[in-house]
Amino acid sequence: MRAPGRSAEVGVLIVDDEAPARAILREYLERIDGVRVLAECGNGMEALKAAGELSPSIVFLDIEMPKLDGFEVLELLDPSIAAVFVTAYDAYAVKAFEVHAVDYVLKPYQPERIGSAVERARDRLRRSDTRRPEGLAVAARPEGSWLERIVVRDGARIHVIPVGSLQCAQAQDDYVGLRAGGRTFLKTQTLSSLAASLDPRRFVRVHRSYLVNLDSVQRLEGQGKASTAAILSDGSRIPVSRAGFARLKTLLE
Amino acid sequence: MHPILAHPGRLFSYLASCAPLAAIVAALLAWPGALSSGQAAALALPMTFAFAFMGLSAWYPCRQFPLGASRLPALVATHAVGAVVASSVWVLLGAGLARILASIRGWEGIPARYSGEVRPLFAAGVLLYLLSVALHYLLISFEAAREAERREIELRVLAREAELANLKAQIRPHFLFNSLNSIASLAASDSARAREMCVRLAEFLRKSVSVGDRAVISLGEELALSRAYLAVEELRFGPRLQIEEDRDELGDACLVPPLLLQPLVENAIRHGIATRVDGGKLRVSIACGAGRLRILIENPYDPDSPARPGGGLGLPNVRQRLAARYGEEALFAAKKLADRFLVVISVPAERPA
Repeated sequence: MRAPGRSAEVGVLIVDDEAPARAILREYLERIDGVRVLAECGNGMEALKAAGELSPSIVFLDIEMPKLDGFEVLELLDPSIAAVFVTAYDAYAVKAFEVHAVDYVLKPYQPERIGSAVERARDRLRRSDTRRPEGLAVAARPEGSWLERIVVRDGARIHVIPVGSLQCAQAQDDYVGLRAGGRTFLKTQTLSSLAASLDPRRFVRVHRSYLVNLDSVQRLEGQGKASTAAILSDGSRIPVSRAGFARLKTLLE
Repeated sequence: MHPILAHPGRLFSYLASCAPLAAIVAALLAWPGALSSGQAAALALPMTFAFAFMGLSAWYPCRQFPLGASRLPALVATHAVGAVVASSVWVLLGAGLARILASIRGWEGIPARYSGEVRPLFAAGVLLYLLSVALHYLLISFEAAREAERREIELRVLAREAELANLKAQIRPHFLFNSLNSIASLAASDSARAREMCVRLAEFLRKSVSVGDRAVISLGEELALSRAYLAVEELRFGPRLQIEEDRDELGDACLVPPLLLQPLVENAIRHGIATRVDGGKLRVSIACGAGRLRILIENPYDPDSPARPGGGLGLPNVRQRLAARYGEEALFAAKKLADRFLVVISVPAERPA
C-alpha cells in the first residue's frame, strides 16, 4: 500500500491546539531523516479531515483539544496509522497504552524523545501491526465512570452522540446501529463492548441483539410471554428476551 | 437527649453526688425522733435516688425557657409549678414506700410517723427541685460555650484546609509544563518573545508564592497576579484568547482572601476558552459600591467539546473560603448557560484600616 521506492520516508501529522507547541514539534520532527511533516492541525476535526486526505503514517496527537479529544480522534482514525500522544499531563499515560498508542511523550519536549517515538512508530509500521483493540473509548474512560459521548464516522462527517440521546443500539454483523434523534448511525464495534462502556443503570441489554436506554422505554407489551417487546418513545418495538425482561424488571423496580 | 442521661460517666458522678443529699434527707426524717435512724435510712436512700431522676426532668423546662431570653414571670411560674408537682409526687412516693416498709415486723408504725414529716419533706423537695433547675441552667450554659468553641475550631480547620488546597492548586504543573514547552518553541523562532514569556512566567510564580501566606491581600494585587497568569496564557493561545477587564479604582483597595480569582480565571481558560476552536473573550468585571464588592467572571465554552478532568474543583474551594471568611454576608453563584459560564461574587467591601 505504502509506496515502495522511498520506503524509509514517513508522513507525519501534527495535531495540537497550541501554535507554539506545534512549531517546536515540527522543528524536532524535521530534524529526523526520512520524516516529512504533512500538515499541522489545530483540533480533532481538522485532524480527521487531514488524515483522510493526506494518509499520514504517524500522527502526533495532543489529548485535550476542542470538539474531539485525542482519544476520540484515535478511535476514528484508520487503524493502520501509528498514534503518538503528546501532552503535559502524565495522568493519561496508562490509558494511552491501553488504547494501543505507540508512544506517550510529555511536554516540554526533548528532541531525543521525539526521535525515539518516531523509531517506535516505524517499528510498529514495519511489523504492519495494525491491530487495535475495539472499543477504544472503553479503555480510555477513567476508572469508575461511564462513556458520556459516542463518536461515529459517517463518510467524511463526524457525529458526536451524547449518550443521553441514544435510544437504542442494535447488533448488525460487525457493526452496531445506534439510534439517536430519529437517525441511525453505524459504528464498527460489538454490542458487548458498547454495553460495557455505558452506565448499566441507564442502558439495558434487553436482547442478544439489542441495548436500550431506560429513559426511552415507554411501556412493555406481552409481559412474561415469549413475545415481550419494549415500546420506545418513538413508537418502535424492541424485542425483549426472557433474561432481558428479568434485567429490565429489576432496574424498573 | 438529656446531657446527663446521654453520658453514663456523667450520670454516675451525678448519682454519686446525691449520696450526701440522702444523708441530709435521712437526718431530716430522724431529727424529731419520729423515726429510728435505720428506718430513716431505709426511707431516705431510695427516696433520694428517685428524686435524683425526677430532678433531671427540670432540663426540659430549662431548655424551653432559656435564661435571659424568657420573660421572668413565665420563668418563675413554670419552675414554681414544676417544683410543686415534683415535690408532691416525691412525697407521695415516700408515703407508698413507708407503707411497703410497714410490712417489716417492728416497723408497722412507719406510715403514721412519716405523715408527720410530710410538710418539711415537701419543703425540702421544692428546694431540691429548684437546686436542680439552677444546676441545669449551669449545665446548659456550659454546653453552649463548648458548642461555640467547637464551631470556632471547625471554622479554623476549614480555613486551613482551604489554604492547603490552595497551595496545592497554586502549583499547577501542567500549566508550567505547557508554558515551558511554548518558551522552548519560541526560543528558536522568536527569541525576544521567549524572553518576555520567561519574565511573565517568573512574575506570576513570584507573585503567587508571596501572596499565599497572607490572610488578605488587596484586590489590586490579586488582579495583578491574574494578569501575570493571563499574559503567559496569551502567548500560548495567541489570538484565541481575548481579555476584557472592567476595573473599578475603588475596588482595587478592597481586601480579599488571596488567590480568590486565580482558580476562577484558570477554570475559565481550561474549561472555557480552551474548549473552543476559535477561543473567545474572558471578561473580568469589578464593581464597588454601597459597601459591597462585586466581581463577575464570564467566559464562553463549547458545549460540544469533551469535558476535561479536574472540572469544578476550584469552585467549591472558593465558595468554602468565602463562607469561612464572610459567613452569610458572602454571595457566590456559578451559572452554566448554554454557551457561557458565569461566576458572580459579592462580598462586603473591606478596606485596610
